[in-house]
Amino acid sequence: MADETKHHGSEKKYGQFHRRVFEANAVNFAVWATIAILIGGIVEIVPMFTPAGPEISPDVTPYTALEVAGRDIYVSEGCYLCHSQWVRPMRAEILRYGPWSRAWEYQYDRPFQLGSRRIGPDLHRVGNKYPDAWHYEHMRDPRSTSPGSIMPSYAWLLTKRIDPADVEASMVALRKTGTPYSDEEIASVEQSLAAQGGEIVGRLQVAGIESEPDRAIVALIAYLQRLGVDGRAALQKRGVEY
Amino acid sequence: MQTSASAGIGAHGAVYDDDIVKKFLIATVAWGVVGMLVGVIIALQLAWWPANLGLPWTTFGRLRPLHTNAVIFAFAGNICFTGIYYSMQRLLKTRMWSDALSKIHFWGWQLIIVSAAVTFPLGLTQSREYAELIWPIDIAITLIWVVFAINFFGTIAIRNVKHIYVAIWFYMSFVITIAVLHIVNNLAVPATFLRSYPVYSGMTDALVQWWYGHNAVGFFLTTPFLGLMYYFLPKAAERPIYSYRLSIIHFWGLIFLYIWAGPHHLLYSGLPDWAQTLGMVFSIMLLAPSWGGMLNGLLTLRGAWERVRTDPVLKFMVVAVSFYGMSTFEGPMMSIRGVNGLAHFTNWVIGHVHSGALGWNGMMTFGVLYWLVPRLWNKPLARPAMATQHFWLATIGIVLYTVAMWAAGLMEGLQWRAIGDGGQLANPIFIDIVHRLEPFYWLRLLGGFLYLVGAVMAAYNFWKTIRGPESLSTDVAAPVPAT
Ligand code: HEC
Ligand code: HEM
Ligand code: HEM
Repeated sequence: MADETKHHGSEKKYGQFHRRVFEANAVNFAVWATIAILIGGIVEIVPMFTPAGPEISPDVTPYTALEVAGRDIYVSEGCYLCHSQWVRPMRAEILRYGPWSRAWEYQYDRPFQLGSRRIGPDLHRVGNKYPDAWHYEHMRDPRSTSPGSIMPSYAWLLTKRIDPADVEASMVALRKTGTPYSDEEIASVEQSLAAQGGEIVGRLQVAGIESEPDRAIVALIAYLQRLGVDGRAALQKRGVEY
Repeated sequence: MQTSASAGIGAHGAVYDDDIVKKFLIATVAWGVVGMLVGVIIALQLAWWPANLGLPWTTFGRLRPLHTNAVIFAFAGNICFTGIYYSMQRLLKTRMWSDALSKIHFWGWQLIIVSAAVTFPLGLTQSREYAELIWPIDIAITLIWVVFAINFFGTIAIRNVKHIYVAIWFYMSFVITIAVLHIVNNLAVPATFLRSYPVYSGMTDALVQWWYGHNAVGFFLTTPFLGLMYYFLPKAAERPIYSYRLSIIHFWGLIFLYIWAGPHHLLYSGLPDWAQTLGMVFSIMLLAPSWGGMLNGLLTLRGAWERVRTDPVLKFMVVAVSFYGMSTFEGPMMSIRGVNGLAHFTNWVIGHVHSGALGWNGMMTFGVLYWLVPRLWNKPLARPAMATQHFWLATIGIVLYTVAMWAAGLMEGLQWRAIGDGGQLANPIFIDIVHRLEPFYWLRLLGGFLYLVGAVMAAYNFWKTIRGPESLSTDVAAPVPAT
């Protein structure tokens, strides 16, 4: 049987060159292939750390301890697989969701959660859209607030508790990556969680819902209510409508 | 020289390690069935939400990464390793450099997959697409990849032929690039043993992650599969590759251009405009080397088309290369800003993904498997007719899947953006549009189910073959009956 993997046909000059320089010399081949695959990445990624990269803004502040805990839940549940956090600069999107998303609004997002699917609606402007109690009921059973929804129910978040030590570890790690948390903020995680959680529990109580400040659902609500809020306020301050 | 069931003999008398090939092959089939089964489950969840079961471990958000990681890293990954270990020994006329490293690679990789299957349902994830695995597993991947790379380059170093064949160029780009992508993309600061935060933030994180994500497509689902094509298609067709020169041009063009295209996942985002434009332009240029590969594959069959009608191996491969051509035409189109404005976020992208994944990766995998199993175990395929039935089920499955998703994507994309006469949204209630997608979700489920049934038939067929009576022939290279 003939060897089908042999090259066939006439070889022009550069074919012979390629054969001699690359195919006969594996080190050469590997080095040049590595160079070929590095160039594009270097040209695109390195400038992101220079002024040609995404804009940053002092109008956005880091997430609070409770919001960090809520974001951890959002990340852990894979909400981004159904929800984008990315309003595009298009008329219909602005009408549906609100002002389009600016680069600086994401500056403290680690990991980024822009998402690539909209099985459910965009969430980048969902902060302050609904009362806390709506989110509570919606997460417990999405069908209760949104008849016919296909979103899974997350009822276990109502009873699951968050651990302040765990949240503190998150904030310490986030600070190492560059999020400007002060020593005070890190030292007072427990009080901060209790205070912000307490406010949400208070608002839930008004709506007739009993919960506690250290419940996972409370943290998730805190995070959802924060989404897009800083950006919206900053845009208003700058007199930008959308 | 002794011939054992697990060793083939090369021209120079080198005894090849086929035991490792068999291991990877069996893992491919097993994980393929598991990964596709999870795909069918999450497809059901979108059509019928109660399938989320109300349990934390089984919700869509936790199972979807299990599907993507299982089909990409376990199913596609294991077939790449199967094909690489089989073909590189023969192309280089030498046994693998180190059997021990081969074994560590195999068991390490399977262990990583098992850890993925345990951690995702528990909600342990980084939620960065295709790089979801938590940091301790990422470190394990790095170590195992280094083991593989040492063995790979070691084998090249001890080769008994002078020139390196084109399939190995593609394998080499796979080994090098995946290492670079994986390490750069996963740089993170651990908070606990189970959780970490990336060193990049916001749009920079998004760019790095899609540089990785798009090139996972480029260097996990494309270049190693082109390597498989360059080895197994000429073998199955018993024809030499159509053009050597074309393979040179399209190899270097492909690996150079691919890396730039990541930002087509971030069009209309906060990513700086220059980066978005680079991504779009390079994605469009990528059409040329992609089609170079497709043409080189299809034209290799010139004069062999008669055999495509009777040989299931060639059937699978022809459809695979055709879908490769289709999805690499669609991809550049979807990278055009205006088109992406419509397609992005919709099921259209899911249609594109699966025309590549089911069509190109899946069909290529099955073609290679049907060619390899009889040769590795030295027995004729137990149920040749069943292979042809599998082919048709899978093809119909792909068509149902992709057509349903294209229709669904186009519909939802248009309805999201439709503006009524009064300047207001024509479809202000989001969930109304979701409901209109339901029939398409059921259709996709049917298509995916047929594809899964085909995969199970293949598994059965291979099992029957391996368990079947010993072949009388002792010639490992004996051609098997065509059908
Ligand atoms: C299977 C896909 C899916 C998953 C996973 C999912 N959602 Fe949803 N979500 C939807 C759909 C569909 C809707 C629209 C119907 C509704 O309101 O329930 C929605 C609506 C929402 C809304 C209301 C948005 C608005 O503007 O009306 C919020 C808030 C929300 N989801 C939060 C979450 C969070 C938090 C998670 C993760 C814990 C999550 N979702 C996971 C599909 C999903
Ligand atoms: C039985 C066959 C399969 C079925 C039913 C199936 C089903 C699905 C479903 C329902 C999703 C989620 C779609 C969404 O978010 O709306 C998905 C995503 C995905 N699947 Fe599959 N799948 C199958 C086979 C495969 C195979 C073989 C591969 C790869 C080799 C693959 C790769 C992917 C990828 C990469 C995604 C993520 C797409 C994205 O994020 O845009 N699938 N699949
Ligand atoms: C020239 C080749 C290709 C180009 C230019 C290309 C381009 C694109 C574009 C523009 C998107 C949509 C991004 C978005 O709007 O979210 C996309 C998504 C995707 N493509 Fe391709 N594509 C190509 C080939 C392929 C092939 C061959 C495969 C599979 C085997 C593939 C797999 C995917 C996957 C998995 C996604 C989904 C990513 C995600 O959102 O999770 N592509 N591609």
